[in-house]
Amino acid sequence: MLSVTPDILTDLPWGQLLVNGLALGSLYALTAFGIVLIFKTTRVITFAQGETAMFSTFVAFTLLTAFQLPFAVAFVLTMLFAGVFGALIERVVIRRISTTTVLNPVIVTVGLSLILLGAAGWIWGYEIRTFPDPVVGPPFHLGTVVVSQLNALIFLVTLVLMTVLFAFFRFSPTGIAMRAVAENRMAAQLMGVSIGRMNALGWGMGTAMGAVTGMLIAPINYLDPSMMGDVALKAFAAAVVGGLTSLPGAVVGGLLLGIVDSVVGFEVPELRNTIAFALIVLVLVVRPGGLLGRHETKKV
Amino acid sequence: MGRPLLTVNELEAYYGRVCALHSVSLEVAEGSVAALLGANGAGKTTTLRVISGLLRPTRGSVEFDGKRIDGSNPDRLVRAGIVQVPEGRQIFADLTVRENLMLGGYARRDGGSARQESQRVFDYFPRLGERLQQRAGTLSGGEQQMLAIGRALMARPRLLLLDEPSLGLAPLLVKEIFRVIGDIRAAGTTVLLVEQNAHMALRIADHAYLLETGRVILGDRSAALRQREEVQRAYLGH
Ligand SMILES: Nc1ncnc2c1ncn2[C@@H]1O[C@H](COP(=O)(O)OP(=O)(O)OP(=O)(O)O)[C@@H](O)[C@H]1O
Ligand SMILES: [Mg+2]
Repeated sequence: MLSVTPDILTDLPWGQLLVNGLALGSLYALTAFGIVLIFKTTRVITFAQGETAMFSTFVAFTLLTAFQLPFAVAFVLTMLFAGVFGALIERVVIRRISTTTVLNPVIVTVGLSLILLGAAGWIWGYEIRTFPDPVVGPPFHLGTVVVSQLNALIFLVTLVLMTVLFAFFRFSPTGIAMRAVAENRMAAQLMGVSIGRMNALGWGMGTAMGAVTGMLIAPINYLDPSMMGDVALKAFAAAVVGGLTSLPGAVVGGLLLGIVDSVVGFEVPELRNTIAFALIVLVLVVRPGGLLGRHETKKV
Repeated sequence: MGRPLLTVNELEAYYGRVCALHSVSLEVAEGSVAALLGANGAGKTTTLRVISGLLRPTRGSVEFDGKRIDGSNPDRLVRAGIVQVPEGRQIFADLTVRENLMLGGYARRDGGSARQESQRVFDYFPRLGERLQQRAGTLSGGEQQMLAIGRALMARPRLLLLDEPSLGLAPLLVKEIFRVIGDIRAAGTTVLLVEQNAHMALRIADHAYLLETGRVILGDRSAALRQREEVQRAYLGH
C-alpha cells in the first residue's frame, strides 16, 4: 500500500462538514449569483451587494419583530422590497453614472455600501442583535450526519430559487431577453428590448438574491450593520472564481468556497480566509477566465 | 412614387466630435424597395442607426408614416414597425436558433400569430427550421445571415432596414438572399437596403440614393441611376 492517510483527515467528520459547507456555500452562491446577474445585465461590478442585503435583512427584522409577521410572509415581502430597492438604485444612481472608466462604478457602489452601512446604523443602531429563528424543531438525521432545520431550509430555498431562475432564463421571453442583453446590447435593442428596463430588472433580481442570503445567515450568525462583510467578500470571490459572467459558475464557486470554509474552519479556524483566498488565487492563475467563464481574448 | 412611409430630412449626426452625417435626405415609398449606396465610411450604417433610434441626430428629422420619430427609443420604434437587420448580422451566438427567432418577436405582444410568422421564416429559409435547437454561433455565415433576416421578420416589420446583407457571402447565397428580399417586398413589407453590391441592389430597388461622406449626392429611380456616368464609374465598374 502506497498511501498513508494522515490522521488529521481520517478524524474529520466528512459528511457533517460537507453538509455544513454546502449550506454555507448555498448562501455564498445566492449572493454571488446576484453579483453575476447584475454584472451580466448592466456591466457593473457591484461592491454594494453585501450592504443592500444587510439593509434588507434589517427590513425583514422589523417586519418580524415590530409587525410580528410570520417568517414566510416577511421573507417574501423582504424579497419584494429588495427587488424594488435594487431597481431604484439602478434607476436613480447607476443609470446616470458614466461607465467610460471602470473606476466610476466601483467608487459609486463602494460609496453606496458605505452610505447603507451608515443608514442602517442610524436607523437600527450598531448593537448586535439576534435574528428570530425561521424554523424551530429537532434536526434531521441522515446516518451520522445531522442536518439542522435551518440548514434544511437553506437547501430548500436555494433549490427552489435556482430552479425557478433556471426556468426563467431558459423559457420566459423576459429571461431570454436578459440573456440577449448580456450578449449583445445593440442587437437586443433592435429586437425591441428596453435596455433600461432589463438593467433595472437585473439589479432588482440580483439585490433580492442577496437579501435571501442575509435573511438566512442572520439566524446563524447575528444581525448588525457589518453582518455581511465576510459573506459578501466570499460571495464576490465565488463569483470571480466561477468566471464572473457565468451564472452556474457563481453557484459552483459558492458551493466550493462553502466547503473549503467548513473543512478548514473546523480544522484550522485561524487559516479559514487565508486558505480560501489562496485557493482563489490558485484557480485564477491556472484558469484566468475562472472555472466556468470564457477566457476573454482581447479583440483587436 | 407612392405615398412615402419613411421620410428622412437633412439629417446631421455625430459620434462624439466626429461628424458622420452632414445632410442626409431620402424617401422610401410604401411597398417599395429603396437602396442606399456608398463607399466605406460614407455613413450608410449611421443613417440606419439614426432611423432605428440607436443614435440621436443633431439636426434634421425622421418621419415614419407621417409622424416624427427622431428621438424615440429603439424599442418604441420596433413596436411601431421599424426593424433593422444590422451590419455583421449580430445574432445572439450563445442562444439557440429558436431563442433568436423568439427574440425577433419579442416586441410583438399579440402572441397568437408568432406561429404564422415562423412558418413564413421557414418557408424562406428551410435550413433554419432544421437547426432550431442549435446554438446560433455554430451556424455558417450564410445561415447566420438567414437567421438575422428571419429574426427581423418575426417582428412583422412595416419597414425593414437591411445593412449589407450580402457582405461576405458566396454568390449563390447572395442570390438567395436577394430572392428573399424580393419575396419580402412582394408580401407587402417596405425595404430600405444598404449595399455595396450596387449591381444587385440597383436591380432589385425601385429607387436608390448615393451617399458620399455623409451627404446624399444623388437620388433617383434605379433605372435612371444605372445610366448615370458617375454611378457606372464608381459602383458598376464600367
Ligand atoms: N462608433 C463610431 N465612433 C466613431 N466614429 C464612427 C463610429 N461608427 C462609424 N464612425 C465613422 O462615421 C463615418 C460613417 O460610418 P458608417 O459606419 O456609417 O459608414 P458605412 O457607410 O456604413 O461604411 P461601411 O460600408 O464600411 O459599413 C465613418 O467615417 C466612420 O469612421
Ligand atoms: Mg456600414
